[in-house]
Amino acid sequence: MLTLKRFFLTAATATFAVFGLLSAPLAQAQLRIEISGVGSTQIPIAIANFADEAQAPEQISAIIKADLTRSGYFKVIDTGSVMPENTSVNYSDWKARGAVAVVVGSVQRLADGRIDVRYRLFDTVKAAQLSGLSLAMPPDRARLLAHNLADDIYEKLTGAPGVFSTRIAYVTKSGREYRLDIADADGYNAIPARRSREPIISPSWSPDGRKVAYVTFEHQKPMIYVQDLPTGTSTQVANFKGNNSAPAWSPDGSRLAIALSLSGNTQIYMVNANGGSAQRLTNSSGIDTEPRFSPDGQFIYFTSDRSGGPQIYRMSVNGGPAQRVTFRGDYNISPRISPDGKTLAYISRRDNQFQLYTLDLAGAQELRMTDTAKDESPSFAANGRYVMYATSAGGHGTLGVVSIDGSVKYQLTTQAGDDIREPTWGPIMK
Amino acid sequence: MRKISALSLALASTVLFAGCHTTKLEEKPKVEEKPVVSEPAPVDTRKVETVVAQPDELNTNPALAKRSVYFDFDKYDIKDEYKPTVEAHGKYLGNKKDRKVLIQGNTDERGGSEYNLALGQKRAEAVRKSLSVMGVADSQMEAVSFGKEKPKATGHDEASWAENRRADLVYQ
Repeated sequence: MLTLKRFFLTAATATFAVFGLLSAPLAQAQLRIEISGVGSTQIPIAIANFADEAQAPEQISAIIKADLTRSGYFKVIDTGSVMPENTSVNYSDWKARGAVAVVVGSVQRLADGRIDVRYRLFDTVKAAQLSGLSLAMPPDRARLLAHNLADDIYEKLTGAPGVFSTRIAYVTKSGREYRLDIADADGYNAIPARRSREPIISPSWSPDGRKVAYVTFEHQKPMIYVQDLPTGTSTQVANFKGNNSAPAWSPDGSRLAIALSLSGNTQIYMVNANGGSAQRLTNSSGIDTEPRFSPDGQFIYFTSDRSGGPQIYRMSVNGGPAQRVTFRGDYNISPRISPDGKTLAYISRRDNQFQLYTLDLAGAQELRMTDTAKDESPSFAANGRYVMYATSAGGHGTLGVVSIDGSVKYQLTTQAGDDIREPTWGPIMK
Repeated sequence: MRKISALSLALASTVLFAGCHTTKLEEKPKVEEKPVVSEPAPVDTRKVETVVAQPDELNTNPALAKRSVYFDFDKYDIKDEYKPTVEAHGKYLGNKKDRKVLIQGNTDERGGSEYNLALGQKRAEAVRKSLSVMGVADSQMEAVSFGKEKPKATGHDEASWAENRRADLVYQ
């Protein structure tokens, strides 16, 4: 963030400027969220302010409320009061106020400096406690702590794991700089993992959530690197002659399926996650690209124009004959498979509009997910309930999220009016 | 050198031991004919020889000034109007075997990044194939693509799109 010109300020202002930079709110770097659609049914849930919330640097109950609201499946009722974790909840009272669930909690600071939060979740209809947790984390992880509680509430009431604690990676284009940014799923704590004067595309989270594979044009041609996020170490994984792109992790994190133009036209190959020789998987005379593993690791879905225009196909993970999966429209690309292996998300061009679609792989039922015209790069949430994608709004690249039934919708935009694109939604990390 | 000094010694000792008597001198040993190695003429170290750098034809030949080939929408073959450009570069590279070129293909902004990367590659590959047919070695060329990621023209109209459907020859 510091640039050389800062150091050439006059002595009088230099110190002030340095302090200004030190207090520059890096931790607040975030994406703005705009909700434009909610679930067709919503669970009304009363969430109290937690006791002694000021003990934590972030308001825990506020983060929980924002998470559950954003999920689209909850109607948050503000209790307007503080309810500590040992509150005796009057079920019929809350039921009369329309709440199906009630959340209470208390915050305290431990002797070692950590924030300790105890919370309980009650079901007013069953008149019973559904969950209770005690979590302690360093104060700089207060938001993560709150997200963990929101995940617990989401799971107890919907049956699906929550993804509030997950992270997203995406590419930001800001002026002449490209950044691979990592942020919390709610858009907070955005930190650049890589900054470059040349484009970055196709970031992809490793299954363990520790690394991101990506394509960089830093050396005048596309090459594949894997960056270890905690250390910043970047390892070159593929630099064969021609293009190297479209990295996709195997479910066990040991291999990457990639696209190479080594043979003259773009084809799909396999390499070890730390590089080495590439094993060819496809053998068509057209373009085969955008490989994606099925969650069980048995198949690879990919884009191919072997039939004349780009369509989505599936082949064994060892290569061999491929079966066509998409048949509607003449342009279907960017296949992504849901974590349960049952749904395909992809981009289809119809009437010159590029839109996000989902396909039920068993029944071939297709659903258009958006009303925008320049959708790209879909990515499933780890619980399979949402798809994040890149789109364009107000002349800028933005990210959108839609639930797989199409009802919940929200957008993520940068404050600065930069372009953000190429999202990849990270795994649930234990 | 050793032979000569041995001979000299032998000659010298013969003469010494001969004393005053007339001694039949041995036949002069045959001296091997060695090529005459003339010492190089001493260099005038203060002299300055002027060298005129010859301009690389790449920078002077107008036929090589054009480094881009443009393509129609969804097309990956080289149009007739660009064949002379490709031929000129093919001839140059054929004559200069130590010269390498990176051929960078591009697409307009419409469509997905990865699929467009592959389409741009088709444009670079079309140029590469033409050069190859003209005798340029594989080791002299690499065909790559930027897809839609590095547009030269940033408008959202046909004029900009046409400018971006392009393969560039970038000499290394």
